[in-house]
Formats: sequence, structure tokens, C-alpha cells
Amino acid sequence: MSAVIRRRPFQTGIGTILFRIVLVLLALAFIGVVIALPLASVFVEAFRKGTDAFLDAVTEHDAWAAIKLTLIVAAIAVPLNLVFGLAAAWSIAKFEFRGKSLLITLIDLPFSVSPVVSGLIYVLLYGAHGWFGAELQAAGIKVVFSVTGIVLATIFVTFPFIARELIPLMQEQGTTEEEAALTLGASGWRTFWNVTLPNVKWGLLYGVLLCNARAMGEFGAVSVVSGHIRGLTNTMPLHVEILYNEYDFVGAFAVASLLAGLALVTLIAKSLLEWRYGGELAASRRH
Amino acid sequence: MKSFWKNLTTALAAVGLFSAASAAELLNVSYDPTRELYKQVNEVFAAKWKAETGEDLTINQSHGGSGKQARSVIDGLEADVLTLALAYDIDEVGQKTGYFPADWQARLPDNSAPYTSTIVFVVRKGNPFGIKDWGDLTKSGIQVITPNPKTSGGARWNFLAAWAWALKQPGGSEDTAKAYIAELYKHVPVLDTGARGSTTTFAQRGIGDVFLSWENEAHLIQAEFGAGEFEIIVPSVSILAEPPVTLVDSIVDRHGTRAVAEAYLKFLYTPEAQEIVAKNFYRPRDQAVAAKYAAQFPAIPLVTIADFGGWSSAQQKFFADGGVFDQIYQPGQQ
Repeated sequence: MSAVIRRRPFQTGIGTILFRIVLVLLALAFIGVVIALPLASVFVEAFRKGTDAFLDAVTEHDAWAAIKLTLIVAAIAVPLNLVFGLAAAWSIAKFEFRGKSLLITLIDLPFSVSPVVSGLIYVLLYGAHGWFGAELQAAGIKVVFSVTGIVLATIFVTFPFIARELIPLMQEQGTTEEEAALTLGASGWRTFWNVTLPNVKWGLLYGVLLCNARAMGEFGAVSVVSGHIRGLTNTMPLHVEILYNEYDFVGAFAVASLLAGLALVTLIAKSLLEWRYGGELAASRRH
Repeated sequence: MKSFWKNLTTALAAVGLFSAASAAELLNVSYDPTRELYKQVNEVFAAKWKAETGEDLTINQSHGGSGKQARSVIDGLEADVLTLALAYDIDEVGQKTGYFPADWQARLPDNSAPYTSTIVFVVRKGNPFGIKDWGDLTKSGIQVITPNPKTSGGARWNFLAAWAWALKQPGGSEDTAKAYIAELYKHVPVLDTGARGSTTTFAQRGIGDVFLSWENEAHLIQAEFGAGEFEIIVPSVSILAEPPVTLVDSIVDRHGTRAVAEAYLKFLYTPEAQEIVAKNFYRPRDQAVAAKYAAQFPAIPLVTIADFGGWSSAQQKFFADGGVFDQIYQPGQQ
């Protein structure tokens, strides 16, 4: 934006200043009502009956099982998506090949598909009456209504996060550094490890954070494939709903506050990353 | 590295990927309002089973709208026992999967329903709109809360009870009943998928003036939110709701849990379990227990599902695709 355009409308008149103040207040009020208040209310409700009630609710058998399951699901889904995301971004950004745009579209697919559909496709494929249902049953393998199904649905939903973060960043950086490394005699693997990876590490970390937040917070897809067995196949978001429906509001909000806490940590880590490595990350925003 | 794998295995075992060998496990797939009931029943039965056989028993619960739960079992949720809101949903599972014989309902006493319930109205403090009977629900401005009959068992009992009342009115016929039902559903602002969702909508979120509710759920609302906040209105006629239970033969044989699952269902008929049933405001089958708790269950003239020709014909006529409900229900019409 050039200064010529900006100078005129904002410089004169008390009316303009008032107008600005009103706009700022409106924005603040909006943020307060839509974001800050609900977030605060989660913590207020969680501690309504004191710290002991909060701790009881979080350490109660089913809640604890839900927390453990959520961590296990994220611990499986995030590393797999990390490897996949890196590989996909690397091949898309650094190489030319047929079907590249098709691959990009496929990677974006989970973003555009409703989470409910993401869950239902697994029921249709692996459910007792699904395409592979009979074979799986004969082999004694349970996919839907078990931890396996929850992991699969979570991987599907969080699939694009890391790849989408890395592709623009890697494209921005181009291939010159890699070409230099290869000319100097480095192997392909070494080039990736010593040149490509260090260049994208902050973007990668950022993608992992987002991916992890979604993996732990996913409700829709997981709800379809979970079967809602208490203490076995309920993740934290599902457990929150169950507790809420059982009028256990302190319990529901206690578990919800853990999720909200996770969101806050993610947000702070994200802000720190942006503040410290803003330039690199901004490259990925420009697309 | 070894200890890492050991830890991982332990962690996975903890969430049930590998089930422990010495202890028995049952999965009871049930409908929405029975959460509190089975929590108590399971505790007592597990202790009893441990005392009798020395085996540790864990009973896992899954709750949701009755029709939705049946769907999950058809899709592969491995229920050892089914305790749903109405016989049709269990029929559906049997037909689609072949897991248990078609005459399952004759295998246990009282149509395999160890407890019954009925449909009553819940209104807000002081009954501000003077709701007394089914006819008052269609007064102008009244909002009625009931779940979706496509997914909820309770909602189908609600629907049939309303239908039965309309038929019994002077000059009542199929046509007037249909007109009444159509009018009734115009007063429903939101259809939740299960009874518990509707309870939350009415009691917690404060939407609606009358809530058509399972009798047991109505008492639970009073207990949870304080007796003064809500009042229970008993209509002039209602329906005898029989939520049945069954063993899922193929699954218990696969899991090796037939003995414990059979004992569990039989236990529901014992005076001990019937006491728990009554305390949770379900109507007990046991005469002695029923007499003891008679004061909390008002006598209402009740029609039964037999008056509708049984569940499969009622389902076909009212709730199947293109049935009466589909014909009369247009969302958002006031």
C-alpha cells in the first residue's frame, strides 16, 4: 500500500477518531463474547466445585481411559502423518512428475470432506456388512468400533496438515541448494537429511502442532467409528459429550478444560514459532 | 529398547487392545436413559458373579438412541447382550445379522422385558400453560420436545401414545389421528437423535414448554435439577413401553461369554435387581417389588404395542421410509 492512498481518509476530523475507537471496541467485544468468554467459562465450570472435584473427575477410571486413548491415538497418527507429509511435500515441491496436481487434490480431500463422511467410509469398508467385513471377521480382526478404527479415522482427518504446511515452504525455497549439494557429491539421502530437512524444520514443527491438536480434538469421524464403549473406545471429546449428557457438568468441563489447555499450549507454541521464525513461516502463508 | 516395547504393550493392554485372560468381559449395548440403571445393576452383578465364580467381571456399556445402537451392532459392534428401547430394534439386528433366533423374545419371561415404563409429560415449574392431556399440546404457541422417531426408541413410544389418544377421542379415526399427529409435530422445534439429547435440550438448554418423556427419565430430571423446577403431568392415556433384552448368541459364543451373559440377563428378573429397577423409576415386573413402590407409579390406562398389531406392523406403517411420520413431518413448519 502506498502512503498517498492512506493519508487522506484517516488523518482528519474527530469523527474519524471516534469511528476508529468504536470499531476497535466492537472488535474487542466480539472477541470477548465469541472466544474469550466461552473459553473462560470452560475453566470456571471445571473448577466450580473446587480442585478436588476437578482432580477426581480427571482421574476417574473412564476419564483416565479416555485421556490415555487420546494420547495413544495421537502418538500413532501424528508420526505417520509426519513421515507421509514430509515425503509428499518433498516429492511435490522438488520434483516434476505426471499426476502431481491429482496428488495435491487427494491430499486436500480430507479438508473438504465432512468428518462424519470420513467416519462412515470406514464403516462401509470395514464394518460387519462392509466390503471387507466378512474377511476381517473370519480373520478375527476388529477395525470399526475398536481402537484401530479410531486411529484410521484420525489419520484420515489429519492427513493434510503437515503436507499442506510444507509444500508452499519447500516450493518457495526452490531446488538450488539441493542441486548444489548433489553437484558437490552428496547422496540423495544425505541431501535430504542435511539440506532439505533443516530448511523446513520450523514449518514442520508448526504442521506437527496443528496436526496433533486436530488428532486429539477430532469428534465427528471418531464418533462414527467408536461404538462409544465407556472406558474402551471413548476419546476425550467423546467422553466430554457423554459426561455432559449424564448431567456431570464438572466432569464434562474438567475433561474439556484439558482439551482447552492443549489448545492454549498449541496456540502459545505457534505464536512463539511465528515470532521467532516469522519470515520462514510467512513464506507458506503467501500461497 | 526392550523396556520400551514392554511399556508400549502395557499401555495398549490398558486400553483394551489385548484383553486380560483371567477376567470376563461383557458388552451391554443399551439405549439412552438406562445409563444410571445399568451402572448400578452392573456393580451389584459383578460383585455377585465374583462371589459365585471367583471370576473378575467387567461390564462395558455403550449408550445412544435405540435405533442408532441397533445400527452399530449390525455394522459390527460386538454386543454380548442387547438392552434396547423396543423389540423392533432387536428384531432388526436379528434379521440383518442372524446372530440370534427370530423367537428371541420368547426366551425370557414377560416378553423379555424385565422392566417397563410409560410416556408422561414434563412441564416447567407451576405448569404455566395448564397442560393436562395430549389435546393441550397442539394449542397455539406451545413448543413440544420429543426426539426423532427414526433414531430414538422413546420417540416412537411417544408417537404411538399420542396416536392412541387421538383414536380414543369422540369421532376419532385414522384420519383425525393423522391430523392430530401432523399438528403435534408442527409444535416440535428440534428433533434430537436420542431421549437423552432431548432431555438436555429441554432441561439444560431451556427450549420448549412440554417434554414428552420416558417416565423414568422424567423422574431423573426432577432428581437432577431439583423437584421444584419441573412437574410431571400424567396424561389420560399412555402406552405400556416394554424395553426388551436379549442374548446375542453368535457373539457370546465367539467371546466364550454365554454363561455369564445368560446369568446377567436372568439377574435382571431377581428381586434384588428389580429393587434397583424401581429405584431408577422403571416399573418393576416383580409383583412384590411393584407393590412396595406402587406410590411412585400412578395408574394410567395404557395401550400396548399389541393394539398396533405388534412392532413390525407399527414400524412399517408409521416409521419406515414413506410411512406416516414421513408424510406428516416437514421440518421448520410452525
